Order: sequence, then C-alpha cells, then structure tokens
Amino acid sequence: MDLPKTISEARDGLIKKKYSCVELTKGYLNKIKKENKNLNDFLTLTDKLALEQAEKVDDKISQRGKIGPLEGIPIAIKDNILVKGHKTTAGSKILGKYIAPYDATVIKKLKEAGVIILGKTNLDEFAMGSSTENSAYGVVKNPLDTSRVPGGSSGGSAVAVAANHCLAALGSDTGGSIRQPAAFCGIMGFKPSYGAVSRYGLIAMASSLDQIGSLANNTEDIQLIFNIIRGKDFLDSTSVEMKKPETSGRNLRVGVPKEFFGQGIDLKLKEKVEKEINDFSNLGFEIKEISLPCTESALAVYYIIMPAEVSANLARYDGIKYGFSKKERNLLENYLKTRAAGLGEEPRRRIMLGTYVLSAGYRDAYYNKAQKVRALIKREFEKVFSSSSEGVDFILTPTTPTPAFKIGEKKDPLSMYLSDIYTVPVNLAGLPAISVPCGKIDDLPIGLQIIGPQFKDDSVLEIAQIYEQFHQ
Amino acid sequence: MSSISKEQAPRITSEQVEHIAKLARIELTDQEKEKFTSELSSILDYFGKLNQIDTSKVEPINQITGLKNVVRKDESKDNISDARDKILDEVPSKKGDYYKVPKILE
Repeated sequence: MDLPKTISEARDGLIKKKYSCVELTKGYLNKIKKENKNLNDFLTLTDKLALEQAEKVDDKISQRGKIGPLEGIPIAIKDNILVKGHKTTAGSKILGKYIAPYDATVIKKLKEAGVIILGKTNLDEFAMGSSTENSAYGVVKNPLDTSRVPGGSSGGSAVAVAANHCLAALGSDTGGSIRQPAAFCGIMGFKPSYGAVSRYGLIAMASSLDQIGSLANNTEDIQLIFNIIRGKDFLDSTSVEMKKPETSGRNLRVGVPKEFFGQGIDLKLKEKVEKEINDFSNLGFEIKEISLPCTESALAVYYIIMPAEVSANLARYDGIKYGFSKKERNLLENYLKTRAAGLGEEPRRRIMLGTYVLSAGYRDAYYNKAQKVRALIKREFEKVFSSSSEGVDFILTPTTPTPAFKIGEKKDPLSMYLSDIYTVPVNLAGLPAISVPCGKIDDLPIGLQIIGPQFKDDSVLEIAQIYEQFHQ
Repeated sequence: MSSISKEQAPRITSEQVEHIAKLARIELTDQEKEKFTSELSSILDYFGKLNQIDTSKVEPINQITGLKNVVRKDESKDNISDARDKILDEVPSKKGDYYKVPKILE
C-alpha cells in the first residue's frame, strides 16, 4: 500500500475505509523493519501495543464511523519519553534494560486521543548532541544522504518522519534538538514555549531548558499534536495554561536579526534564507532589520547552564536506585565504576563541565555570570517583541549555520556545539519556535526558523502555515 | 584577543580534572584525563567571551516563565499507584522491598 504523508490524508483513508487502521499500522511497521537496519532511526518497536491500539480504532470506525482528530494516527516517540511497560533507554547503556514504570503525561494524552505508538526513536545519549552520533546504540543516518548526519539530538524522530516511517514524532528540544534535525531532514520541527507542554515523564537533561515538541510533514499536523499535548499538568509545576492569543489588527512585522547572518554561516545558505525572508514582503509583512547583540553570547551561556543542570540531573544514575550497576562492594567504588562504564563520553564531558562551573570558587565566574547574561538575552527578546512602534511580531532566522554535515566530520566538541548557535537563544529565553523547510542548497534541505514571543505559540504556527501555503 | 580571554578564564589543569571527576563520581583512565583536560580547557576559553558583557546591574534569572512558589495540596493521588512494584523491579540490588546499598562505614 501507498503510505500517507499527512495526518489528514491518513484520516481520510481510514474514514473512507481505503485501509483499516491495522493495515495502516502494519504498513508502517513493515517499512520500518525493512529500512531500520540501514537508517537506525528506531531503537524499539512497540508492535504489540500499536496493533492493540489499531484494533480498537477499527472497532470504533466500524461501530460509529467517526473518529477523533488523531485517532488511528501512527506516530513515533523519542526514546527519552516514558511509555509504560516499554524499554526507555535515552540512548544510554546505563538505562539499557530500563522498563518505564508509568506513562509520561504527553503519552497519556496521546493514548487517550487514540494515537498509534509505533516505537521509540534513537537519539544522542540523554539528548546530548547535535548529530545523533552519540547514541550508545549506533549512528543514525540522514535518509536524504546516508553519508550525512540527520542532526540531533532528536535525529531518530526526524528520520522516522522524513523516511515515512510514521506520520509524526515526538522529540525534545533543550538547545535545538527538534529544530536542527528537522532542518537537516527537510521537515517541520516545533519547540513550544517553555512550560507549554508538561515534562513529566521526560528523562531530564537540563530542566530549565527542556521542552517536548513534535516533528511532522506540515504545520497542520504539528498543530493537531500540540493541541493534544499542551496544557498545565499538576505533575509538572513549571507547566502553564496558555490563552489563545488575539491576533493584532496591524500589519504584522518581521524582525531579521543581523547577528544571525554573520561569521560561520554557509554563504549559499545565507543567500537562500535571505531570499525566502524577502518573500514575506510579498505576503504583506513589513520586514525590519533588528539587533540582538547578547545572542552572540548565548552559546557560551548555554554551555554553562545546561551542563550545570546536567550534572545535577544525572547524579541519579548511581547504580543504586535503577539502571545499570557494577555492584561493587564498596559504595564509592560502585559509584565511580558504574558511572564510568554506564555513561558515554558526551554525558561524562558535560557532567564534568557542569560540576566544574558549580564548584567552589568558580560558581560566580561561570554559573552566576551565565544566569545574568541569560536575563539580558530574555530582556533583549522582550524589547524586540514590545508592542511599541519599534517592536516586531516575530523573528526570522536560519535554523542552522550549515546544512547536514558528514558523519564523523565534527570531531572536537566545540565545533559540534557551534551547530546549535541559532537555536539555543530561543531555549534560554523560553520562547516558541518552529523550523520550516525552505528549499535546498546542493541537494541538502535547509530550515527557516520562526521565533515568536513567549506563549504566542499559536501565532508562530499561524505564520508557519502562511509561509507553507505560499509555497504550495 | 584570545590571549586576553585565556588569562581571564584560567585553563584547567589535569589535577583539577581529577578533582572534579571525583566530585562527579566518575572514574577516568589516564588517557581520558588527558583528553578531558584539553577539551575542557578549550571550552572554558570559549566562555571567556562572557567577560565582555557588563552584568554589574543585572539580577540572575531564576525562572523563565515568571512562576513563583507553585504549591499544591499535600494529598496522595493514585495516578501511578500501580507503579510501585514496577519501580522496585528496576532496583539493581535489593532484599525484599528494600534497596541494598554497599557498606558505607568500614
């Protein structure tokens, strides 16, 4: 069977009985089984769960003929989000045999909406990386050019959508981990405002930055999933209930920050993105050059705050509570050897860096300084988004400075970190942002990033849809 | 420029790497110690650029959404009550329903 590419196409097929939900689900599972050896986007298939869910949907269709907006839609879940009763590794050996004892809030909501969960997708270990080369379970390949990385850390989820292994996927984004792989794989990737979606049941990396979001083939599908997973959750006290924003009457203004087109950007990519941004004036938007000077320090701020939080969050992998244990007879030896054997190089590097920036004598120079600059970055965005005559309604930037790079190309950690340079400021300020495909250079897809004011997630999706329709 | 930032952000020594590895409860081989020393040094150098920003009048940010003191009633909810046994199934070393911990005092 020809597998559908969008949720509305799949729904149509289910309602018109072109295929049953079981057939649709098996269609995806078979395609994954055939191609996963090469692409390595899935770590676990949840066949049994998927087929049980699909049978229920088929029963409902035959009894009532009606289904909900996401009912019977096969999706994939990043393997750092808990699905009860299934292995959840976070791409790490230390959780190699860990079975999730409960569902994450997003999974509970998606199950209630009747979604079909096909499996768990590969990722950089504990979501730490920008290429999905850091998984303890092997490198993931970009389906558009298998010599290249798919981006990361939600590389498995991006590949699953791009290779038509599912209709949509959940990912997590701490510094760009949804948007950057979406850009590299030519699909959409949305990071909601911090607090918009509950993090309960997401394996924590950096708690003040982590956010769950989705990857899909169009804006409508992103919005459908967001509508289900959003909302305040009493199990995540940092979550918030957002009001649907009113659309302003004035002509919408686009801000283009000059700092995002400077040093380090691929020149062909720069030219292409500038051309796409100019198209917005044809759509009736007013384009304005803006400046966000502190965002040039965002990467340095991010690589202080994130490792600091990582070093605290990953202290729980101690060989005592759960996960892999060396079972040494001496407590200190057990800690040292369990963590040396169970954690990969990048998590250990970040734990060390985080421990250092929080240690006595260095906390003020690094961590406290970074929290102050973070406040300045947030303030700068607020000023740019102000309702004054100088303010803009949203910001456009490239999602990444280059298209997908070669597997093995970035060997030193700092050069890898630089690939997140346009996405981290958004996480530091807690803003919503989406990466939408904006064409190709040298046959490789690139992404346009649309950033909105805090909690104006729906407006960001609206703009993405306008751009998408303009290109159809 | 780079020599100035190096002075402002002192490079890390291999003794310091050894010390923080112990604080972080991670055992390193000699080879790893060397590798991490050089990698962490260049990352710390990169942080030097923050010194160019004047933050003397800025309060550090604590919560990006502006939420403060979120409280709830102290009552039990049974939403994951069946998880108890499953959580205990994950314990590497236990006796009955108790976690077993290696001897702390000799």
